[in-house]
Amino acid sequence: MNRIQSKLQEDKKLLSIYFTAGYPQINDTVSIIEDLENNGVDMIEIGLPFSDPLADGPTIQESSTKALKNGMTTEKLFNQLKDIRKTVKIPLIIMGYFNPMLQYGVEEFCKKCEDIGIDGLIIPDLPVDVYSEKYQAVFEKHNLINVFLITSQTSEERIGFIDSVSKGFIYMVSSASVTGATSGFGTETKEYFKRISGMNLKNPQIVGFGISDKQSFKEATEYSNGAIIGSAFIKQLTKNGVESVSEFVKTIR
Amino acid sequence: MTYQADEKGYYGEFGGAYIPEMLYPNVEDLRQQYVQIMQEESFQKEFKDLLKDYVGRPTPLYFASRLSEKYNTKIYLKREDLCHTGAHKINNTIGQILMAKRLGKTRIIAETGAGQHGVATATVCALMGIECIVYMGEIDIDRQAPNVARMKMLGATVIPAKSGSRTLKDATNEAIRDWINNPVDTHYIIGSVVGPHPYPDMVARFQSVISEEIKSQLLEKEGREAPDYVVACVGGGSNAAGIYYHYLDDLKVGIIAVEAAGKGVLSGESAATSALGKEGIIHGSKTLLMQSPDGQITEPYSISAGLDYPGIGPMHANLFRTGRAEFISITDEDAMKAGQELAKLEGIIPAIETSHALAIFEDHKFKKDDVIVVNLSGRGDKDLSTYIEYFNL
Repeated sequence: MNRIQSKLQEDKKLLSIYFTAGYPQINDTVSIIEDLENNGVDMIEIGLPFSDPLADGPTIQESSTKALKNGMTTEKLFNQLKDIRKTVKIPLIIMGYFNPMLQYGVEEFCKKCEDIGIDGLIIPDLPVDVYSEKYQAVFEKHNLINVFLITSQTSEERIGFIDSVSKGFIYMVSSASVTGATSGFGTETKEYFKRISGMNLKNPQIVGFGISDKQSFKEATEYSNGAIIGSAFIKQLTKNGVESVSEFVKTIR
Repeated sequence: MTYQADEKGYYGEFGGAYIPEMLYPNVEDLRQQYVQIMQEESFQKEFKDLLKDYVGRPTPLYFASRLSEKYNTKIYLKREDLCHTGAHKINNTIGQILMAKRLGKTRIIAETGAGQHGVATATVCALMGIECIVYMGEIDIDRQAPNVARMKMLGATVIPAKSGSRTLKDATNEAIRDWINNPVDTHYIIGSVVGPHPYPDMVARFQSVISEEIKSQLLEKEGREAPDYVVACVGGGSNAAGIYYHYLDDLKVGIIAVEAAGKGVLSGESAATSALGKEGIIHGSKTLLMQSPDGQITEPYSISAGLDYPGIGPMHANLFRTGRAEFISITDEDAMKAGQELAKLEGIIPAIETSHALAIFEDHKFKKDDVIVVNLSGRGDKDLSTYIEYFNL
């Protein structure tokens, strides 16, 4: 069983953290991952930086630009992570845009992920239709779980399709927005969480976008299995440095 | 075998819709409806009436006798520069604003590089009384001040794109992010044959009026509908798509695409995507684009802001890959010379984008009785300050 699948069976609300690899400094990647695990985070999304991150707001854009300036590349990330499974046990997901993976070679990229012990991928600009037609076989051959996004605008029919292709969890985007755009949830959003929960999908849902503190984490996980924090964590790193990982995680739970 | 898009929006292996799920409902809604809406009689009537009475179509097909004499062949110019707002861009914005109305959208966003598409969008929004927001790179705002002023005068809000390289590709990213944040009331008017399906095909159809007119105009002048060659500059490629459209599958017609070599294809300051680009994904489309070996999109350079885009539309990527079109790249210097030459020989000051297409005659020889149609895609008013500086006028 893949680490993501086992983790999802635990009886708790999962706290997942996103950060951009190579930020704030190029060699911070591994120590951030280790600190997050040591402070009780359940799952980590490692952001592979991209020059044109369409679905991201200013915070993640800026961290990506900085990481690329620091010299981050796909190959460097794989090198940094090569021994990560000697110390880290929790599920690790690489989140990035499709073009760098395409240039690396999709098959080669997947193989490298498997060798390192990466458990899944989140690729916002690889739609489920293209994935199921062209890439699903390769991902599954290398034991990678691909995670798809849904929003409040996604039709029930499409959610059904995404659920049928998914093997881990569904990434439920809290608001129709880019990352880091909103904070806190209104009644409409809570209704949407409830509606999706009521669909009894085979895959559990984890909420992302707009979660920044204890309160929003609590609200996001009322009807879901967990939540992902990205921009708020990166802001913390920018402001208080890599030493502040523990402090940040403690404010969430 | 066709060089048009298939049902899923692929031109050969290029095209498709590589978009975040947040955009899916909007893009899918458009995809399901665009062909049907465009074929409605009321849409066609409104579109054609506006092109005629507001844009000033049909634009003339002008036989450039002195230019032809100089290069010893027969050169016609399709005068898109005479369109309202000064370029072909408005053919598309008229079409898309009518589309947006039928889709029930009440807010328009657009990206712009040089400002031509921004002005064309602001114009149709003023015409229809619809809110208009134009994203423009911070650097482009500085170097294209007159077009920024035009957009403001037309009532549009111009928002600077401050991310990345702060030029056209970043303005496009910002417009896409706006669309993600406003999924219900907003339509995104993309200015070229780029972006996710159905945009490349939809924009090409709106621009196809260019080659549709050429067919009947050429029949009158030369006794045949098809020329021997059609020539256009390619940034994203919308004016090119328009002049190629009705000739794509007529293999007797040679297709010539002219890209900006900037300071030279290998100088590191170029926008010659077919020469420098590799297959990849930009702005939701699989196409050829300029990128680092690691897949990061790189910043192009051209003296002409309209050609300063790191990708080309998927239609053109396919025309290049299959060899259906001949791709030529022209340096800043040769383009500027060709612009000057057209002004002196024919009394027409072209946009610098267009000057690239005109520059091919110096090295590319044609037969004396070849009939060549060049798309004179825009006028040079917007480029006057660049011409002044370059030639010390």
